[in-house]
Amino acid sequence: MPARPQLVLLGALLLIAVLAAFSGGANPYFLDIAVSCGINVTLAVSLNLINGYTGQFSLGHAGFMGVGAYVAAVLTTLYGAPLLALAGGQGWLLFLAALLAGGMAAALAGLIVGVPSLRLKGDYLAIVTLGFGEIIRVVLQNIDAVGGPRGLIGIPAYANLAWAFGLAAICIYVVWAMVHSTWGRGFLAVADDEIAAEAMGINSTRYKITAFLVGAFFAGLAGGVYAHFKQYIAPQGFGFDKSIEIVVMVILGGMGNTLGVIAAAILLTVLGESLRQFGDYRMILYSLLIIVLMILRPQGLFRWPGRGRTRP
Amino acid sequence: MTELLQQLINALALGAIYALIALGYTMVYGVLRFINFAHSDVFMVGAFAGYFLARPLGSGSVLSGVLVLLGAMVICALLGVIIEKLAYRPLRGRSTLTVLITAIGVSLLLQNLGQHVFGANPRSFPALFPVHQFHLGELVVSSAQLMVFAVAIVLLFLLRHIVLHTRTGIAMRALSFNPVAASLVGVNNDRVISFTFALGSALAAAGGILYASNYPSIDPLMGTLPGMKAFVAAVLGGIGNIAGAAVGGLVLGLVETTVVALGGSTYRDAVAFAVLILILLLRPEGLLGRRIAEKV
Repeated sequence: MPARPQLVLLGALLLIAVLAAFSGGANPYFLDIAVSCGINVTLAVSLNLINGYTGQFSLGHAGFMGVGAYVAAVLTTLYGAPLLALAGGQGWLLFLAALLAGGMAAALAGLIVGVPSLRLKGDYLAIVTLGFGEIIRVVLQNIDAVGGPRGLIGIPAYANLAWAFGLAAICIYVVWAMVHSTWGRGFLAVADDEIAAEAMGINSTRYKITAFLVGAFFAGLAGGVYAHFKQYIAPQGFGFDKSIEIVVMVILGGMGNTLGVIAAAILLTVLGESLRQFGDYRMILYSLLIIVLMILRPQGLFRWPGRGRTRP
Repeated sequence: MTELLQQLINALALGAIYALIALGYTMVYGVLRFINFAHSDVFMVGAFAGYFLARPLGSGSVLSGVLVLLGAMVICALLGVIIEKLAYRPLRGRSTLTVLITAIGVSLLLQNLGQHVFGANPRSFPALFPVHQFHLGELVVSSAQLMVFAVAIVLLFLLRHIVLHTRTGIAMRALSFNPVAASLVGVNNDRVISFTFALGSALAAAGGILYASNYPSIDPLMGTLPGMKAFVAAVLGGIGNIAGAAVGGLVLGLVETTVVALGGSTYRDAVAFAVLILILLLRPEGLLGRRIAEKV
């Protein structure tokens, strides 16, 4: 861990601002991939807090992303005109407020999922979060005001490279700082042995809820950025497949290994694009990768010897 | 009243199919303590096996229908054993999470291989059994529904006999009770686990064919939702409990049909998950399960 993570964050944000300022002339295709990388890094790092550091298993991360995307998009699209006037005509201010509202809504959803699921472990938790993700999708499909299964179109293009990378940087910083703080050691304790942690006086329930809350919040923000970059969202985009994609990033990077997860998220996003020409084979390869990886390297691809946490 | 009875018949037919799939989840959970996510895709393969077997074996008579059913069950039993050998056996003794993720991987693999081999477009499933509508007063029972009841009852009793009265069945129960002690008294754990997968997958194949007979459109992703719901049924009845899986399936079929009958058909897929969340909150051990104290 760097000595002054706040400074690293500030530096990163500055760098992103400079990069974004010069990205105007960049190839739109590469820009699209770059923004996707930023969004996926945010999703994977926030899921890593739940699945990796805290040792829970959530399969509904795309659902939280969907909540954030829809809330933010509804605010800027359906209520855009009056709210924009309220924000003094400043698009970025409206977008920021909408993003935060989306994040809050997703965090609330995380709380609703987290509280009842706390008594569940491992595979049960996975199924319940999966179920919640599917419920969110079904509910979205049934709300006609947001387009139902057709999806929501005409979302203003507020997001760009700077937003996506800035969000990723903040998410990485928050998760990193949280887990590496004295207080944050509780997450790792809960992951390692919940009973022992309880015996040491750690309130495991609180840590688990916090993990769900923060993880869902960032997933919601990522959803908001995604919606305002693609300018179109549909319930199917936030289904089980997307959740699995995020889970695979976390597994590939190594659970509870932020650097690895970032690398895996970028690798898979770029790889996913370049494998697109292989069509069907892409997903076959993907699933084989999961199986082989679990058998040969369950600790993830990126585990440097002597660094990071080891898990039995 | 007729309306109610009619819905009840529909609900029982749906529930019986859920019960057949749920049995596979519950048995595997009983011996290995993990959720076999790929089970729902074995169900899909069962339906496709029926589709392709129906071409040479013919369809429309009871005999050919039963032959197709048995053939699909054998194919899926083999598939189940192969999956267990290749994907799950190397992970014996690893953490639940690792096995769970592998199971998701196997499930995705089957789905995507299915899409590659069979194509993503839905195919219409042939009528395997003679098509007839039986009228009891104003009630209508289709022959496909009758076959569901007949096959489900026969298979459930067969399964009950195997689990309770054969040596392998006793070994299965011993293994689920305590794997180490079972192997100490001479149970070949690996063989029993293979057998369990074969049995569960065969039941899933039967479920797949019956499901496809009632909802005659099959595609490589057809297993996901019925599979999820069957899993909910297994948890509802108490996972690891064979009678519980049957009861859970029927209850879930009833609940789902009730919601659809009350006009909530667009929410039918969310119902199962709502049931799951409720049951885990109120009675996590399931309707027929026993509460097991956690040992430190």
